[in-house]
Amino acid sequence: MEQYLNLAIKAIFVENLALAFFLGMCSFLACSKRVNTALGLGAAVIFVQTVTVPINNLIYNRLLSDGAMAWISPALAEYDLSFLGFLCYIGTIAAMVQIVEMTLDRYVPALYAALGVFLPLIAVNCAILGGSLLMVERTYTFGESVVFGFGSGIGWALAIIALASIRERLQYSNIPLGLRGLGMTFVLSGLMAIGFMAFGGIQL
Amino acid sequence: MTAASTKTLLDPLFESNPIALQVLGICSALAVTTKLETALVMCVAVISVLALSNVSISLLRNFIPGNVRIIVQLTIIASLVIMTDQVLKAYIYEISKQLSVFVGLIITNCIIMGRAEAYAMQNGPLDSLLDGIGNGLGYSAILMATAFLRELLAQGTVFGAVVLPKVHDGGWYNPNGLLGISAGAFFIIGLFIWALRSWKTDQVEPEG
Repeated sequence: MEQYLNLAIKAIFVENLALAFFLGMCSFLACSKRVNTALGLGAAVIFVQTVTVPINNLIYNRLLSDGAMAWISPALAEYDLSFLGFLCYIGTIAAMVQIVEMTLDRYVPALYAALGVFLPLIAVNCAILGGSLLMVERTYTFGESVVFGFGSGIGWALAIIALASIRERLQYSNIPLGLRGLGMTFVLSGLMAIGFMAFGGIQL
Repeated sequence: MTAASTKTLLDPLFESNPIALQVLGICSALAVTTKLETALVMCVAVISVLALSNVSISLLRNFIPGNVRIIVQLTIIASLVIMTDQVLKAYIYEISKQLSVFVGLIITNCIIMGRAEAYAMQNGPLDSLLDGIGNGLGYSAILMATAFLRELLAQGTVFGAVVLPKVHDGGWYNPNGLLGISAGAFFIIGLFIWALRSWKTDQVEPEG
């Protein structure tokens, strides 16, 4: 239990996907003008991340890694399909996003309407693919990958919501012309990254 | 080369830089810039994937049905990235280990999808090739400049060769650790955009 809690804290704060690994930067910068959109996008990322990372974990451990297919038949034990990884993960992500979208549309139309265009866009958000790739690189177990998926989604959402709140406040400040907009957002994210570094080294 | 194709090739460097103006492909731009060596490998990988994907999507553009085009584009891009990844692992294993997940993340690099969608779907293969190389160069320009500053100021080296001898090695340079961490990359790109927009004032964002 403690190990899972530790992993979650690490994924949310210490190794924040957006601020420490620069993942999902495009939407992080582009969709952070309003707190409302940031909330919607953040919720969608948490949702999709929690679903896709464990599924990709199963795909990697049961089908792709060296000798993983031995459970189907011993004759398949000699295959190592890990080079197909990228194609499978992105396929899973695109398919999962589609399924999540249809399920929400059918059963939770209010949430579906709130997420709007952000849900399909998530398929090409590098935070999602990055989460799966990091999970493979660090050889997480299935349980760990569930915690990591959920935690890293929360961390990303936290970062974009915080950035959006700061940007809303900035509307009244007098920023030099060339720095306005994108430039200022970069500097802000840098300051936030320094802030998040304070969490470094926290362990339970 | 005609004037139009030169424009296709060179415009993305300063006039419509993918990172500074179009806000595309920033994710990987920041993470690999702690050292020039990794940044250079990343640039070469992105330029080749971008050029090849632009050409193949442009060749197939009349056969791709509109409603499944995203999946088709993703499949083409993912296959090209797998190729690049295998080449890197085969020839420069050490650097490919350092790049870790970021080679794979070229798949979701918005520059590649963005150019495929905005340019290669409407234009012929030769123009698309130039557009791909041009945007790759625009991306590389920012990447290499960032990596140069970060490696020089944080470690006092350029491509691993000592330029500014550090204090604890008996030299005079007191390294600036801020540029080595993630925050430094954000600041440098922010300042680059500021400098570029002060020079090309038409790129300044409108109020609000």
